[in-house]
Amino acid sequence: MASSSVLSVAAQCVSRNASSLSINETHKGKAKLGGSTLRFSKSSGRISMTVAVNVSRFEGIPMAPPDPILGVSEAFRADTSDAKLNLGVGAYRTEELQPYVLNVVKKAENLMLERGDNKEYLPIEGLAAFNKATAELLLGADNPAIKEQRVATVQGLSGTGSLRLGAALIERYFPGAKVLISAPTWGVVPWSEYRYYDPRTVGLDFEGMIEDIKAAPEGTFVLLHGCAHNPTGIDPTLEQWEKIADVIQQKNHIPFFDVAYQGFASGSLDEDAASVRLFVARGMEVLVAQSYSKNLGLYAERIGAMNVISSSSESATRVKSQLKRLARPMYSNPPVHGAKIVANVVGTPALFDEWKAEMEMMAGRIKNVRQKLYDSISSKDKSGKDWSFILKQIGMFSYTGLNKNQSDNMTNKWHVYMTKDGRISLAGLSLAKCEYLADAIIDSFHNVS
Amino acid sequence: MAIRNSLSGQLLRRSSAVSGARFISSWFRSIEPAPKDPILGVTEAFLADQSPNKVNVGVGAYRDDNGKPVVLECVREAERRIAGSQFMEYLPIGGSVKMVEESLKLAYGENSEFIKDKRIGAVQALSGTGACRIFAAFQHRFHPTSQIYIPVPTWANHHNIWRDAGVPMKTFRYYHPESRGLDFSGLMEDIKNAPDGSFFLLHACAHNPTGVDPSEEQWREISSLIKVKGHFPFFDMAYQGFASGDPERDAKAIRIFLEDGHLIGLAQSYAKNMGLYGQRVGCLSVLCEDEKQAVAVKSQLQLLARPMYSNPPVHGALIVSTVLGDPELKNLWLKEVKVMADRIIGMRATLRENLEKLGSPLPWQHITNQIGMFCYSGLTPEQVDRMTNEFHIYMTRNGRISMAGLNTGNVGYVANAIHEITKSA
Repeated sequence: MASSSVLSVAAQCVSRNASSLSINETHKGKAKLGGSTLRFSKSSGRISMTVAVNVSRFEGIPMAPPDPILGVSEAFRADTSDAKLNLGVGAYRTEELQPYVLNVVKKAENLMLERGDNKEYLPIEGLAAFNKATAELLLGADNPAIKEQRVATVQGLSGTGSLRLGAALIERYFPGAKVLISAPTWGVVPWSEYRYYDPRTVGLDFEGMIEDIKAAPEGTFVLLHGCAHNPTGIDPTLEQWEKIADVIQQKNHIPFFDVAYQGFASGSLDEDAASVRLFVARGMEVLVAQSYSKNLGLYAERIGAMNVISSSSESATRVKSQLKRLARPMYSNPPVHGAKIVANVVGTPALFDEWKAEMEMMAGRIKNVRQKLYDSISSKDKSGKDWSFILKQIGMFSYTGLNKNQSDNMTNKWHVYMTKDGRISLAGLSLAKCEYLADAIIDSFHNVS
Repeated sequence: MAIRNSLSGQLLRRSSAVSGARFISSWFRSIEPAPKDPILGVTEAFLADQSPNKVNVGVGAYRDDNGKPVVLECVREAERRIAGSQFMEYLPIGGSVKMVEESLKLAYGENSEFIKDKRIGAVQALSGTGACRIFAAFQHRFHPTSQIYIPVPTWANHHNIWRDAGVPMKTFRYYHPESRGLDFSGLMEDIKNAPDGSFFLLHACAHNPTGVDPSEEQWREISSLIKVKGHFPFFDMAYQGFASGDPERDAKAIRIFLEDGHLIGLAQSYAKNMGLYGQRVGCLSVLCEDEKQAVAVKSQLQLLARPMYSNPPVHGALIVSTVLGDPELKNLWLKEVKVMADRIIGMRATLRENLEKLGSPLPWQHITNQIGMFCYSGLTPEQVDRMTNEFHIYMTRNGRISMAGLNTGNVGYVANAIHEITKSA
């Protein structure tokens, strides 16, 4: 390597002064080798290694692109209009558009404080009480898969962290396997897309979805949203789930569920887990990532789980051991606080009941807001356009069907902040603002192309 | 197994939809059981042991003189202040700004010019492990052909971290078994022989697993040589305050490097020094040439963190920023961390004294020469096995003893055991 021959003529005259001098002339003498930047200077006919000192190894590192969703919140904050509305937010808000800490969470935290729990390391796989609770919530406590110990559960860093563990497992043990997802979200392994959203109906492109799943090479991992699809809000019906399961079985694919809204979508934990349970009941081997960010409002605590339901308990044991082995060099063991909150809430009957009521309340508020928005738009819009998708969609997010220009109009003219794909967060909408939003949507849809 | 294979083979060949509970061949057949983690596996074995004499000197978590885990008073008070009071939505990808600020002050110095000049790109990380992992991933992305030089020995998980990040490892000499001290000439030779511009992993203080640290003078020489070679120094500092009892003193190596003009990388952890083990709170920082570069580097660190966990957990970060941000709480913390360090230093003295009193033929001054949580006893794997099987004393097979697991109640017993096993060695 040229660099080492230059630098190996190590001068004895290394000094800080020399190196700071050389920085001024650096831009002339820059050599880039495989991403490293090495500079050299000549003084009195001798090449000296003066620059190594103050020169950064990360000279050429470009600025990463800004996060698209963060940008929305920033722009919203900067807007001085009274009418402004933040529908980019991915966190639940009350009718007063305030953040919401669930009562059961406050109670659980107080319990934990009073008990004076210690702060020891969790095992790599996380809090045992949490892992038990989360698998039972997902599958039902009396699910045969649990009874037969075929479920490997590892606490993960919310949905993202759990997905990442699953992705790492796929990368390591299924090299060459494809991943099929409905929208580009995470790209650790090679992925391709299946059709999902139909802009004509603002609904599900079911035929397209089935076709694409069928066309994928055998043994593909198919990423499915258990409920409340993000970003569209469009979920398959149970009948459609059955057909999706049929195709996946035919092609020997592996379903990989992302369950970020259990209980938050319909208000019912069981109803929202129906799709996953359907697959498991068929004896299929399934990966499931869970998150408690939304349904327990534990966003910043990063609590979730990666579950692998396999065909034998022996296999589940091996898989769990490998998930641990992937987690250890990422973060050693997961954070304890959120796990204890979940375990306490689920493990205390009174708190568990109260949680279910709070989830019904949150899901209920979103349903009410959808209804009010639909009523407002329908009464104002005389064009005959079918807005019923607002009611059919479910969960925190909705695809409005507005295109980028129309979405920009929402922001620029109406101070309504949303993402460019036409997605709005119902969690950020109050009943009081529905009329205003209806006006904005009608205007953008009809008057902007 | 054979029967299951053929049955699943038949099922695979079916083309029509299946209904009812039918098992299809397991995709996970090829997944081998992972070997037990050498360190955490020790604790598992300890927990399973029924003996009343059992002692756990395996995992590196502090215990008080009664062998109990400790939650610091300053931490409890911080928790009382933050409990249930504020809603914390997602932290930014880079974590708590306040916590990062306080962490940088702690490591780089309260009045560090680098902080003033905003030259440090830093993010909250999942304790020391997470900080190392993000740095390893960063190193791999921007220096894909580089390697990391790690000391022999080092914390076992360092191997896993850089390996999983796709960065090959090389080693440099560190521990000198004969003296149970530092192989300084070997270390310097390996630094010299490494290709210029290599990446070096250094333990800032309280080397894990040996407890052997370079002296201040030796650090100065190491810094000079690394400067000449243009190597990149990456510090793993998991024990600031916990080693000597004085955080400023424990950061000495880092301060020497900074004075010498190195642009360092640094992983910090609050697991031990604030007892926040399970909270997973730490900080990764990279000192850059200027503010612009620091901003770019931070943005890239965030880009690496995002697909791992989106944003880091808030609870531990709130505790750290509450404690370090309040002068009264910070003072309390300084007192408490000194108590922990002093107890360990005391236990070292007692263990050595006991062994010498027992008339051990072997030298034991390394016990008090070494510093921090761990002591490299010099016991062989076979001797360690005897410690466990005959005496129910649990430790890692490299002979590492976690001093925090020793107390006035068990130090005599452990000294006896060591003596029994080594007296005829």
